[in-house]
Amino acid sequence: MANITWKMEDGSEINADVNDGLNLMEGATSNNVPHIEGECGGCLSCATCHVFVDESWLAKTGEIDDIEDTMLEMTDVERENNSRLSCQIIASPELDGLVLFVPEP
Amino acid sequence: MNSKGKPIVIVGAGQAAASFVSRHIKLGSDTSLHLIGEEPLPPYQRPPLSKKYLMGELERERLFIRPLEWYSEQGVTTDFGTRVDKIDRDSKQIHTQSGDAIAYQKLLLCTGSSARKLPWQLGGELPGVYTLRNMADIDIMAPEFQAGRKLLIIGGGYIGLEAAAAARKLGMQVTLLEMAERILQRVAAPETSDFFRNLHSNNGVDIRESARMKQLCEVAGCVSGAEMEDGGTLQADLVLVGIGGSANSSLAEQAGLECDNGIAVNNICQTSDPEIYSAGDCTSFIRNGQRIRLESVQNATDQGDLIAQVLGGEDLQYDALPWFWSDQFDCKLQIAGLNSGYTKTVIRPGASDTSQSVWYYTDDQLIAVDAMNDPKAYAFGRKIISAGLNPSAEVISNPETDLKALTK
Repeated sequence: MANITWKMEDGSEINADVNDGLNLMEGATSNNVPHIEGECGGCLSCATCHVFVDESWLAKTGEIDDIEDTMLEMTDVERENNSRLSCQIIASPELDGLVLFVPEP
Repeated sequence: MNSKGKPIVIVGAGQAAASFVSRHIKLGSDTSLHLIGEEPLPPYQRPPLSKKYLMGELERERLFIRPLEWYSEQGVTTDFGTRVDKIDRDSKQIHTQSGDAIAYQKLLLCTGSSARKLPWQLGGELPGVYTLRNMADIDIMAPEFQAGRKLLIIGGGYIGLEAAAAARKLGMQVTLLEMAERILQRVAAPETSDFFRNLHSNNGVDIRESARMKQLCEVAGCVSGAEMEDGGTLQADLVLVGIGGSANSSLAEQAGLECDNGIAVNNICQTSDPEIYSAGDCTSFIRNGQRIRLESVQNATDQGDLIAQVLGGEDLQYDALPWFWSDQFDCKLQIAGLNSGYTKTVIRPGASDTSQSVWYYTDDQLIAVDAMNDPKAYAFGRKIISAGLNPSAEVISNPETDLKALTK
């Protein structure tokens, strides 16, 4: 289980527990986080689950592989150094407390 | 009750409906929603059905687009497991199988598509013969997908090929019959067919093209294989028929809505009745001057989304670029654009032996790309085509060309 916080541009927050093994796109859509669509279901074809990871968590959220790196070129809001596709971040106890910023196109 | 107090009624609870509902709620509209689905399930993702769900690698709840309780939390009235029998356009009501009449302010038809079956005369109704479209189809057939058993697949389209890959991974013996000269003939260029024929052959699928099946055979009331027109026979413990789909448009037809290979809609997804809209697999719409129908997540999602915005007062038209994907063995296929009407193709080699992309042109206009294990070709190809850019076949086929630079 990991407690995740999604922060919106207007300063509002959504906070929810996500079960281990679920990815954070699923965590977002099941907790009604706006702007996270997950249209392709997490198979790296749509780039609609883009988030910015709080810098202090970057090491723990893991490496970006080549496919994700390419798909990050397709995001509606331009990628930054801390961009991730949230379908590629899997909930685990190490991510308890993780903060994600949600880009709004 | 005045018309304003009536809900928007959505018939069909698949990806198009889910997309509509999400957008409608996000827009903060005060019009209530009533979502009615024939399957006893909330909207779920269909693509994994022929892949991870068939292989038992994903539990059912993970396919739900939103958790079941989300709908009531959002104030959406739901009837999952309810068939709608009739639309009464004069009184603006729909009638359910249980005899309930539900008045609508606007009606959305998201009734999807059905898998074509083999005619019963050819054995299409025999026990052990399956089609693949709904979660329930998989729940019934999955226990039969056991290592060592013989699976015969009729049809070399994406569904058949994906199921073949899943079955091989489960250790089954798989034969796939394609009536046409080559697999994927209807949807892809010969180069893409060649790629997937190699992929499947290398993974032990027995692919037979130009294969004319006469009929399925039975032993003791169950399917036992197929008899071919050339006199040969094939043994099978089970048969999967993947020969395409057709729009679920009978409800619309009975209501007198214009239908043409699906429920005919205009460029804001409105049917011939201005109070009724339609989205997803069941619709046909005009693209580049031609009426087409697509069975895809992208189309369902984007049309559902568009209708919510149109009903919210936005001035939009449907012109999204189609995109698709398929996963087979270790190959990720991603497609951007529609290749229908192409007159030439060009191959761009990928970074490895197992990656390449096929780019489609109509005359000299780039229209689509099939990217096999080549997400860059897909991602940048999609951007290039969306932007209406038109790099030449010579530029594309040159592996030294930086695709990203072409998007600028």
